[in-house]
Amino acid sequence: MKFNIPIGPQHPALKEPISIRLTVEGEVIRDADLRLGYNHRGLEKLAEEKSWIQNIYLTERICGICSHSHATCFVQGAEKLLEIEPPRRGIYLRYLVSELERIHSHLLWLGVAGHEAGFDTFFMYTWRDREVVMDLLEMISGNRVHYAINTLGGVRRDLDESLRKKILEGLAVLKTRSEYYYKIGAMEPTFIGRLAGVGRLTKQQAMDFCAVGPMARASGVDRDVRKNDPHTFYNEVEFDIATADTCDVLGRTVVRIKELFESYKICEQILHKLPDGPVAVKAPRKAKPNEVVSRYEAPRGENIHYIVSNGSEKPERLKVRAPTLANYPATVEILKHGFIADIPLIFAAIDPCICCAERSVELIDSRSGEERTLRFSDLRRMANERARILPLQRNVAWPF
Amino acid sequence: MAVLKTFLYLVVYPGLLFLFVYATFVEWFDRKVYARLQNRMGPTHTGRAGILQPIADFVKLMAKEDVVPDLADKKLFSALPVVGLAIVITAGLLLPVWHIDPAVSGPISFPGDVIVLLYLLSLPTLVLFLAGWSSTNAFSIIGGTRTLTMLFGYEVPLFLAVLSPAVLAGSWRLAEIAAFYRAHPLLILPNLIGFGVALVAVQAKLERTPFDIPHAETEIVGGTFTEYSGKKLAFFRLMADIELVVSAGLLATVFLGGFGGGFIFAFVQFILKTLAVVFLLSTLRAVTGRIRVDQVVTFAWKWLAPLAVLQLLIVILIKGFAL
Repeated sequence: MKFNIPIGPQHPALKEPISIRLTVEGEVIRDADLRLGYNHRGLEKLAEEKSWIQNIYLTERICGICSHSHATCFVQGAEKLLEIEPPRRGIYLRYLVSELERIHSHLLWLGVAGHEAGFDTFFMYTWRDREVVMDLLEMISGNRVHYAINTLGGVRRDLDESLRKKILEGLAVLKTRSEYYYKIGAMEPTFIGRLAGVGRLTKQQAMDFCAVGPMARASGVDRDVRKNDPHTFYNEVEFDIATADTCDVLGRTVVRIKELFESYKICEQILHKLPDGPVAVKAPRKAKPNEVVSRYEAPRGENIHYIVSNGSEKPERLKVRAPTLANYPATVEILKHGFIADIPLIFAAIDPCICCAERSVELIDSRSGEERTLRFSDLRRMANERARILPLQRNVAWPF
Repeated sequence: MAVLKTFLYLVVYPGLLFLFVYATFVEWFDRKVYARLQNRMGPTHTGRAGILQPIADFVKLMAKEDVVPDLADKKLFSALPVVGLAIVITAGLLLPVWHIDPAVSGPISFPGDVIVLLYLLSLPTLVLFLAGWSSTNAFSIIGGTRTLTMLFGYEVPLFLAVLSPAVLAGSWRLAEIAAFYRAHPLLILPNLIGFGVALVAVQAKLERTPFDIPHAETEIVGGTFTEYSGKKLAFFRLMADIELVVSAGLLATVFLGGFGGGFIFAFVQFILKTLAVVFLLSTLRAVTGRIRVDQVVTFAWKWLAPLAVLQLLIVILIKGFAL
């Protein structure tokens, strides 16, 4: 007996609205379909109205978890357009926050994976330890979630010796805790039983569907902007690309735990090699007409910002390709032929950030099931038409 | 007088009222142990150390709006929570703690009551399946079928595991089985494998992690209970709590020597032994993640059933050679 189950737009497994429609036969999924557009916020359009410096704080709000990733990706590009080079100390501090953010994001993901697998104890433990890195980020930047440490030409705040020591202490605590999680990930039989062999994505498929981040690395594709891009800061530190060859959710978990250790390594190197000097240079207000593509390895994978400048103090165009969007095609493919019980795990394994990836409006007629994608001009025409048809209401009460 | 006595027996002690109070206490204990193992506080607000929280939850649910879906079979949908509650309370009456003298014969203690108790504990599963099915919600139907699928896994190992101590004791009567093990405490030890099997099977019967598959929140929302709200949901939750008490009582009777001595002493033993069993179940809940429904059946037939048969074999060998 086949029937359709809707997962979302509202569902306990989803923290943000997205709709997955599944055709199931008993416990087995036969077909899957993904629908976006429940969380569109018009951020790219808004970016064209804001100045370069305002846009840092706007792009930071694309995502609540990898806020620093979007801000850094934008700032990298904007600095190219404004033709400024931040000082060494500023760069070091910027990528220190990047790695701390990666640690917090991966710890958060581990907890979510535990919860989706019904292993709530794991969830409680990882989120408790995540507080350590959240506190560190708050001490560095003054904020827990939207750090706002970036500015054009460097960072806003400097680090002193006592804070440097505190960060090293915090990292030591996190390291021992992560070793414990690595052991749980490798030993707890119910947890492994749930994760191993689930959501298989072969190396070829991962490349065909352009998967990014831990999703691709768990399928043996050693793709990481930090290593592949020859012009990044990361050439100055030693680390390895964490990969796994199991091609399943267990592999994605292992990759993320390994990346935690790589991030601890990078953070320690940054703190030991921290150069002296200023943390920021003064940035000009206007950028010459030009365009730039900025790449950044966010915790979820490769983040791309395409920015065009037109000689004014605002960008002409900002295009964001969040890593979650790149992982959707692969997700739909691996959802097919899985079990219902595996949906939350498969979907969580890409670490979806739905509001990052919302870019278009699609309307579905509830009666006929007909779908159409609307452009802004169409929507405006429809709104005008409706305003013309509706009678003018003259005696509307003002709401106070 | 006899009518009054029966009435008190059914409504006050050990019937409805006592089982209600004790079941909410056990739920509090379970939640507290689970929370402490997860580095949380658990209930703290209502009553001392949150001890009244389950009762507060019950009262709150009773006061909530009670929605019956339009497409549901309304009579069945409404009757099932009450039927389920009645079944588990009836099962509770069969525990030999309320009638401590095995010589007393009557409707409450009789030869074969262990079978009746096991049977009564199987019925709530059927009630849950029907509840899911009559809700006509996709999530509920999947939850209901998962309940039944799991039943095929854990039921046979549970029966085998619980019946082997009965075979060793040579009786189908709970009070006599318990009395036998009180007389020969060392014979509790050969039943340890069966105790482990029964613990895991009871965990599955009670649908707790790692077997909380029929109402796996992240997959199928509320599962069986998706459409239930208000009083009916409160009854189902109370049913689960009382089922926990009765299952713990059954394991304590069969595997831990039951509840001997006078009225007070037996009562204290009952509290301590059921809490010990619940503690084990809570720990199991805290240290595991949820598995898949096919993994339950595989696990039950690959491990639980052979271990239960091994237990039965051990018991038969002991009975043949040692006794």
